[in-house]
Amino acid sequence: MNDRVMRVQDLAVHFKLREGGLLQPKTLTLKAVDGVSFDLDAGETLGVVGESGCGKSTLARALLALVKPSRGRVLWLGEDLNKLGDEALRKKRQDLQIVFQDPLAALNPRMTVRDIIAEPLWTFFPKIARVQVDERVRGVMKMVGLLPNQVNRYPHEFSAGQCQRISIARALVLNPKLVICDEPVSALDVSVQAQIINLLKILQKKLNLSLVFIAHDLSVVKHISDRVMVMYMGRAMELSNREKLYRKPLHPYTRALIRAVPVPDPKVARAASDTGLTGDMPSPLDPPPGCVFHTRCPYSIKRCQLEVPALRRMEHGDWVACHRAEELDLTIVKNG
Amino acid sequence: MALLEVKDLDVGFDTPEGEVHAVNRLNFSVEAGETLALVGESGSGKTQTVMAILGLLAENGHASGQAFFKGKDLLRMSPSELNLHRGSEIAMIFQDPMTSLNPYLRIEKQMIEVAMHHQGLKKAEAVAHAVEVLRAVRIPDPERIIRQYPHEFSGGMRQKVMVAMGLLSEPELLIADEPTAALDVTVQTQITHLMSALQKKSNTAIILISHDLGIVAGACDRVLVMYAGEAVECGTVEQIYYEPKHPYTQGLLNSVPRLDQATERELETIPGNPPNPLTLPDGCKFRDRCPQAFDACSEPPPMQVGGDRHPFRCWLGVSK
Amino acid sequence: MTIKTDNPAVDPFAAAMGVVDIKGRSPWEDAWHRLLKNRAAVYSAFIMVVMLLLVIFGPMLISWESDFTDWDNTSSPPSFSTGHWFGTDAVGRDILVRTLEGGRISLMVGLVATIVSLVIGVSYGAIAGYFGGAADRIMMRIVDIIYALPFMFFVIMLMVVFGRNILLIFAAIGAINWLDMARIVRGQTLSLKNTEFVEAARACGVSDWDIIRRHITPNLLGVVIVYVTLTIPQVILAESFLSFLGLGVQEPMSSWGALVSDGAQDMESAPWTLIVPSVFLTVTLYCFNYIGDGLRDALDPKDRV
Repeated sequence: MNDRVMRVQDLAVHFKLREGGLLQPKTLTLKAVDGVSFDLDAGETLGVVGESGCGKSTLARALLALVKPSRGRVLWLGEDLNKLGDEALRKKRQDLQIVFQDPLAALNPRMTVRDIIAEPLWTFFPKIARVQVDERVRGVMKMVGLLPNQVNRYPHEFSAGQCQRISIARALVLNPKLVICDEPVSALDVSVQAQIINLLKILQKKLNLSLVFIAHDLSVVKHISDRVMVMYMGRAMELSNREKLYRKPLHPYTRALIRAVPVPDPKVARAASDTGLTGDMPSPLDPPPGCVFHTRCPYSIKRCQLEVPALRRMEHGDWVACHRAEELDLTIVKNG
Repeated sequence: MALLEVKDLDVGFDTPEGEVHAVNRLNFSVEAGETLALVGESGSGKTQTVMAILGLLAENGHASGQAFFKGKDLLRMSPSELNLHRGSEIAMIFQDPMTSLNPYLRIEKQMIEVAMHHQGLKKAEAVAHAVEVLRAVRIPDPERIIRQYPHEFSGGMRQKVMVAMGLLSEPELLIADEPTAALDVTVQTQITHLMSALQKKSNTAIILISHDLGIVAGACDRVLVMYAGEAVECGTVEQIYYEPKHPYTQGLLNSVPRLDQATERELETIPGNPPNPLTLPDGCKFRDRCPQAFDACSEPPPMQVGGDRHPFRCWLGVSK
Repeated sequence: MTIKTDNPAVDPFAAAMGVVDIKGRSPWEDAWHRLLKNRAAVYSAFIMVVMLLLVIFGPMLISWESDFTDWDNTSSPPSFSTGHWFGTDAVGRDILVRTLEGGRISLMVGLVATIVSLVIGVSYGAIAGYFGGAADRIMMRIVDIIYALPFMFFVIMLMVVFGRNILLIFAAIGAINWLDMARIVRGQTLSLKNTEFVEAARACGVSDWDIIRRHITPNLLGVVIVYVTLTIPQVILAESFLSFLGLGVQEPMSSWGALVSDGAQDMESAPWTLIVPSVFLTVTLYCFNYIGDGLRDALDPKDRV
């Protein structure tokens, strides 16, 4: 139905860290992302969910070629972003935009809203007339729910929710095809979160945008995504259609995550039992051998400690990285 | 008699822009052994409420009203009197475990400080007690952990240590300010279960401050919803979640995305932004965002108290 | 007043405000208002303006010339009858005129040396901080090495090689002061480089040069301004110190430091020769410090960067 816009193949981003003293220097490798693959279609929203340290933010930057991958490829409209020359890559950036988590920190405090939103325009169209810039800026402000007469104001004069709208406006001003949202609502109050989520949904439909929506809050991700990818310790564990994922997850980690989410309903919340997870997340500097999740998995077997499970395709187009995916039935039983 | 009874609490701050009222005429009570949630967004005043009760307000803050703890007014106490209660009968867990623990001291030192000061224990006894409490919060290998520094732990572990420190003196009242906000969801449930279990064991009352309606649903007995420094609704957790009466509460519950619901439903939003304490409207503070506002709302609404002990501050349903 | 809109995303307050563009209040304006509330800073600024007018125009208005020796009134104390309101020195020169002219030199040194240190320090620090890596490491090690050189030794060497020259004094002082500025600017650049708005600019394909110009520099200004106002008194003091040791300006030019040095020699017989220039010097130093403090409070901590 829709064309594929992005393909990510076995993406990995490793950082080298130097530890130890002068006499015994050690170089440790931080595997922030270590095995992520997915396809993204035009007009589709891919949710990326995971806990802290799972590599989602690094993934966001790798998708935009803001960090260089140590392995794998990011293909945008068929072209490998990391093989492009500087100028060619810069041109591609018109299509690839990002919205960050902290609404105020993402805006230069010394620039007016107009300048902030107009900057991408100046960057790609240096000769553009002021009148045109003004028109476009006001237009995009209206689109995100800000009144155009606020153009001369500064970020600190707005609320957090409005600042996030400004960031979204800046991301949209060049008519991009893909917007990566890195935890865009995590820093907002509950009532404002809902406004921004609704806004993103409306904009996506209107502009046929592809979105990669990164968050740690599963409820939010479920609401906005078409498909959801679950990450753990830098690896993609599962990639499924949204409805399926929340009813019948394929990976034990997904199941644990879903069961850990507190539902705002007293009867349901009271009946919720343990997630089944044991232990703490291991250090990303020293990931466990085999399947990185095996140290906490209630279903792990000998094979899980030895062999890294590949992300493989299951029957309905879902992907999972688990040796026991076929035999486990992880259906979520509804409580209350 | 309630364990904690707050009457007409007012908290204000002197700022260069003028006087800011963070909390206005707040009334609530907490019984022994129960968990009360203070729910609200930015500007609701929930954190300043407990800061005022514990005497931890900033320099430019002042509080009036009464806060009776076991019959004695905490707001009238001198700092030294307050110190006798703080840390022993009333304990507090702060939001960010990164900044609540002293990074230069081993955990052991920070934990025994409380026990030795308040209960007069000798060092060896205090350490043994601390180890027991760490074990109770399900920290593995507590004898080794206690000798470590905060930076050697993960966020989840640190918060468990904070909970342990809060429970060290077996307080009668534990105040937890967003204890799980900085934690991953799989650790959040561990912490909340922990607090519940320990509460059952020692009949501790808990005031849980949170904006997370999911956590509140599972962990609390009663809920007090605050907006712009005022209580707008109060009731049992079932009353608040299943029969919310105040438009703000209703709006809040409807705007939270839920895992167990159909996704096609569009989230209902509360229009506008959370209140700015410097620019509050007259009359009902929620009226500019309320979908059901009408003429009467330009006057401050009364607190409607029915027979079901589920008061809410609104003009709706009040016959003129 | 309740506004109902179709679009629940629109802020109802703003909706009521109509179509006219609202004027924004930039962080600079906020800082300016905060500064104006700081009385010490405002009075100090006022005094500095008066001081500046005095040193520039004063000598022209006073009847005495600075090199005129009034043989009838050598070492005479301040009095109205002699016409020397602040007294004379051992050679009969009017102290007030000498002090005001000395003030010209001292303030000029302060200003010029500060500008030199500003230009060199800011560019050096911003480049090291922004580009990072090996360049940064090398550049900062150079700073460390120069920092370790004893200032006096360096100045004496320069004097020996090039003779006593006012430009040399500028050079010597400027050559030392830019180091602190470079370090501060580098640190600030490092933290700015990692902010999300700079990251957002990179994600938009903004060039490095434009990022430095549009994002880094305006947000550095706050720190730089404060540091400049605190550097000026340091520089004036350094020059005074040099002059006091006899390494500064040569006769017949004078500076406050040189005057203090001369005055110290006649301290017991003619204390006014010491007191007058000292007071001018001290007042200037205090004023700049108060202004610097006021600026720092005004620009910080509410400002995020």
